[in-house]
Amino acid sequence: MDDRGQFDPYEERLRKSLLRGLDGDDSAYHAFLKDLSGHLRAYFRKRLTRLPEEVEDLVQEALLAIHNQRHTYDASLPLTAWVHAIAKYKLVDLLRRRAGKEALQDPLEDASQVLAASDSEATEARFDLNKLLIRLPDRQRLPILYTKLQGLSVAETSEATGMSKSAVKVGVHRGLKALAALIRKTT
Amino acid sequence: MRTEDLVRLLATSAEPVPRHAVERRYALALGSGLAVSALLMLDLLGLRPDLDQAVHLPMFWVRLGFVAGLIWASLLATLRLSRPGSRLDRVPTALAAPVLAIWAIAGLALAEAAPGARAELIFGATWRSCPWLIAMLSVPLFAAVVWALRGLAPTRLPLAGAAAGLLSGSFGALVYCLHCPELDAPFVGTWYLLGILIPALTGSLVGPRLLRW
Repeated sequence: MDDRGQFDPYEERLRKSLLRGLDGDDSAYHAFLKDLSGHLRAYFRKRLTRLPEEVEDLVQEALLAIHNQRHTYDASLPLTAWVHAIAKYKLVDLLRRRAGKEALQDPLEDASQVLAASDSEATEARFDLNKLLIRLPDRQRLPILYTKLQGLSVAETSEATGMSKSAVKVGVHRGLKALAALIRKTT
Repeated sequence: MRTEDLVRLLATSAEPVPRHAVERRYALALGSGLAVSALLMLDLLGLRPDLDQAVHLPMFWVRLGFVAGLIWASLLATLRLSRPGSRLDRVPTALAAPVLAIWAIAGLALAEAAPGARAELIFGATWRSCPWLIAMLSVPLFAAVVWALRGLAPTRLPLAGAAAGLLSGSFGALVYCLHCPELDAPFVGTWYLLGILIPALTGSLVGPRLLRW
């Protein structure tokens, strides 16, 4: 659906993957994020023609933001509007940080364009999330390391670290938020 | 880290998101903010002594209705501004409605009153303290709403800050209703409104700094 409420089968498919992901379906969520990263890349590349080296950083920052704020998606609203608002917020935030508003070439207002194109050609991000990860305290880093990078369950991570299960979940949650904050500070 | 790896990382054992996570966060924030604000009122100001009689007066309920209308509309505004891409639509109208209603009632009351009694209707006995006390009672609520917003995703920060201020100001006014001796519509439509606008203005100024994510 675009801003005017028109039905778009592609968006509907993407939306369904997100909704299944929100219910805890990892493979649907993976498909959603993968598709989305292509759209975000195309969206940012088009709008950052003078700052091409920022594109991949911003894709990663936006993905992390979308993941961290995924509980703010209201299933009754179009996905496009939600994604576009976050992408635009992150883009404006970056440009403000760089005080380089003149790099803005395209109007940002058209929400329907955020899913209009996809670009799967990823370049390397300049910041390295692995290095940022090291800067997190153990109670956040270890849960992320075990559950997300090594694919252990929360129970297994709890055993391996001696942390309680809820501390593991909180650690992942806070760690990813801290990571998002670190990205903003380092870029 | 390549973007693919980040995607894999984020999608591995992602916890399911509880339903109504946004609403629950606000319920928690407003519940605790309201409790602190009520304790503050009881401790520093006290209930109005004739509360049991005042509840029989129609104006007690008109005043409460005005405040409740603002609470409802500012809650709607805050909820929408917490979610990227959701629109305000008719929320500004909903915000204006209780204000226009109390002004209409105030206009009637002033028109009916003898010219010499009008100042009394507007200023009552407590106009100097009323807005500041409402603003003071809204402080714990404001802190709680900002906490809630910081875990959500406002993208229009000055507006979100203003909505947070309106919401906490309206709840602060609700708490103040239990202490305040004034019931006249011209008083409520002036000083209550001012008391609610103090945190709203503050919120719009500090929003961009407090709510960035």
